Amino acid sequence: MYAFDYLRPDRIEDASALLAEHPEASLLAGGQTMLPVLRARLAAPSHVISLGGIAALKGVTLADERLVIGAAQTHAQVASDPQVLALLPSVAALAGGIGDVQVRHRGTIGGSVANNDPAACYPAALLALGARIITTQRVIEADAFFTGMFATALKAGEIITAVSFPRCDRAHYEKFRNPASRFALVGVCVASLPEGSRIAVTGAGFGVFRWHAGEACLDAGGTGNDLADVPLDADCFTGDLHGSADYRMHMTRIIAARAFAALGR
Amino acid sequence: MVQVTLRVNGKEAELDLPGRALLIHALRDHLRLTGSHIGCDTSQCGACTVHVDGKAIKSCAMLAAEADGCEVTTIEGLGSDAALHPMQEAFRQHHGLQCGYCTPGMIMLALDMVARHGQLDEPTVREELDGNLCRCTGYQNIVSAILAGADAMAHV
Repeated sequence: MYAFDYLRPDRIEDASALLAEHPEASLLAGGQTMLPVLRARLAAPSHVISLGGIAALKGVTLADERLVIGAAQTHAQVASDPQVLALLPSVAALAGGIGDVQVRHRGTIGGSVANNDPAACYPAALLALGARIITTQRVIEADAFFTGMFATALKAGEIITAVSFPRCDRAHYEKFRNPASRFALVGVCVASLPEGSRIAVTGAGFGVFRWHAGEACLDAGGTGNDLADVPLDADCFTGDLHGSADYRMHMTRIIAARAFAALGR
Repeated sequence: MVQVTLRVNGKEAELDLPGRALLIHALRDHLRLTGSHIGCDTSQCGACTVHVDGKAIKSCAMLAAEADGCEVTTIEGLGSDAALHPMQEAFRQHHGLQCGYCTPGMIMLALDMVARHGQLDEPTVREELDGNLCRCTGYQNIVSAILAGADAMAHV
């Protein structure tokens, strides 16, 4: 790991000021991606600004019928939170399946969303449920947030403070794990919202994306089996040594059907 | 340098460390608690698992500075020279190790499982061993040891 200066502000305003002062700095949330990246010398920030001491980033609240999850809530906290379990059970289940026990004790929703790993679980739930990403500067709709591989709409100096979800008890995230890495080879979140169905796919390509044709199929009364014949955009899929693009497309249909079958179960 | 104050196995420790120091290095190199092991460089093996404020974490994926003010428990904090902790004893009884390299991490994870679930069943143990690798045992005896250890802890 390259050397850096470690900074630990108590307030989000101080974190923003430090970020503005040190343009080569990195933010540190739970560190479950960041620390392996630093150890492998894939990044060399001048400063690491820890968000771990900022109380305002913690907690879960219900506001205007939306569940607002603080950016620093760990996966384990989200998975066991009584409000999340009651109002957004699909997100609790998703959080309980990220990484392993130890990773869930450290990794946070804000960190995962900001990192936007192409195989991360959370982006699929945010996109399928129509979540909003709340930052130090604005509120961003999930549809406009995830812009590509490890890329988001976040601007320099902008920090995620919370993620807000509509309450929804008809959503399900189904993950087909790579048996070696345990990451999602394909992960699909299906949500049935008042305004219609939404399907988000992770792990299959350069970044999370919606399957609009699949959504239309479900809204026309289709079921999981009908998704087998619905077209997918081949440009969204990539192949690697773990599976070809064709394989991932095939698995997307199967995993989406399983997620649909689990709705409201 | 960063000033880090920890309680490790009940004892106060004050360390002056570079910002990039990992918790595992603080424990092994500065406090000479070498029971926690470094098995990989990718956060996959779990040999470095310790408890921070009662929760199992991988100490190779946490800066020592992040543990400032925290309570840390390592394998050295369990049992005594006279008597092993019931979970350690269960690993001995069930031959839950061969080379022993992964064992400290396995035991610290097992205690976290007991803390969260109390009584354990085999599917839970197998699922939650996800983040700890063993290249000797094939896991069968580790699963048996954790189930027996949890049982023994419930009857202490």
